Amino acid sequence: MNSEVSEKKTIGILYDRIRWEEKEISRRLEERGASVQMIDGKLQVLSLDTPEEAVPAVVLERCVSFYRGLNIASVLEAQGVRMVNSAKVLDICGNKLATSLLLSRHNVPSPKTVVAFSAESALQAIESMGYPCVMKPIVGSWGRQVVPVRDRETAEALIELREQQGDSIQSIFYVQEMINRPPRDIRCITVGENIVASVYRYAPADTWKTNVALGGHTEACPLTRELEDTVLKASRTIGLGVLGVDVMEKQDGQLLVHEVNGTVEFKGAQAATTNSIADKIAQYAISADKEGLAAEPSVREIEAEA
Amino acid sequence: MVEAECLECEAKMKINDDVVVGEIISCPDCGADYEIASLNNGTVTIKVAESVKEDWGE
Repeated sequence: MNSEVSEKKTIGILYDRIRWEEKEISRRLEERGASVQMIDGKLQVLSLDTPEEAVPAVVLERCVSFYRGLNIASVLEAQGVRMVNSAKVLDICGNKLATSLLLSRHNVPSPKTVVAFSAESALQAIESMGYPCVMKPIVGSWGRQVVPVRDRETAEALIELREQQGDSIQSIFYVQEMINRPPRDIRCITVGENIVASVYRYAPADTWKTNVALGGHTEACPLTRELEDTVLKASRTIGLGVLGVDVMEKQDGQLLVHEVNGTVEFKGAQAATTNSIADKIAQYAISADKEGLAAEPSVREIEAEA
Repeated sequence: MVEAECLECEAKMKINDDVVVGEIISCPDCGADYEIASLNNGTVTIKVAESVKEDWGE
């Protein structure tokens, strides 16, 4: 290998389904002079004893399947690969209970939550929260099975349905207070210590969920000092990386962090953001093997310059 | 632009030149989803795409 080639940095992108985000990150990495190695998570056979020599020193985890991404990240990390995000961060973000526990322990404002561990005690958990409340699975995304529970009959039906699914994780009942919020929430994307995008996500007409995957649309959201502080505190609490921090606004203006995403989708956020989110991620990945990642301007600084 | 044949309904699926391995295409006739398995000098191979599972998301 000649010196020119060896100096060119290679960044891996671990995927199982190529979306717009993966193509965009790949394009931006190449624009920044890096080589990109696409790693199909579905085809990996990893030995715990023999390090994968073919895997680059830095790999961006971009799997759609949470368990696949997490477990491959764990193995590669053990072999010395710098995973973005780390397996630990992925693990926390993929589990709503683990996320809530950390946020609560570090006084990051988040919705009041109770959890029950069987159908038998689930109704008690729901009634202790009071109606209406929200029931969510602890693993899952895109708003799947996130349900507003407005009365006892609905609660009983939902618990019965969960029970019948036969999957043990469905017997973990994670119940949150219903926040009286506008028909939107806020998605902030953090890359390291910087907020690179801040958008409102509006629920589609006649629905309650704001997920872009369900048809919600985005608009730019001003990054207030309070929002910045809340989001960065949440990111630091989870462990930093490339994160999607979701925030709700209470009627009295208080901000509550309700979710942190570890394999963030940002096509919706990009539609309402001037700067390239993918490029910020590319830049972060390229400098990720160094001690102390290069500081990048935050949205606030970018806006101030404009 | 290359073409692939839907394994379900045999419709011809047009594949854009900028497609990459790992990307998902859908049959315009029956809606079946396929993953681009390989691309070599204008020949493309496809395989049935994985379907959404409980742990999918962000």
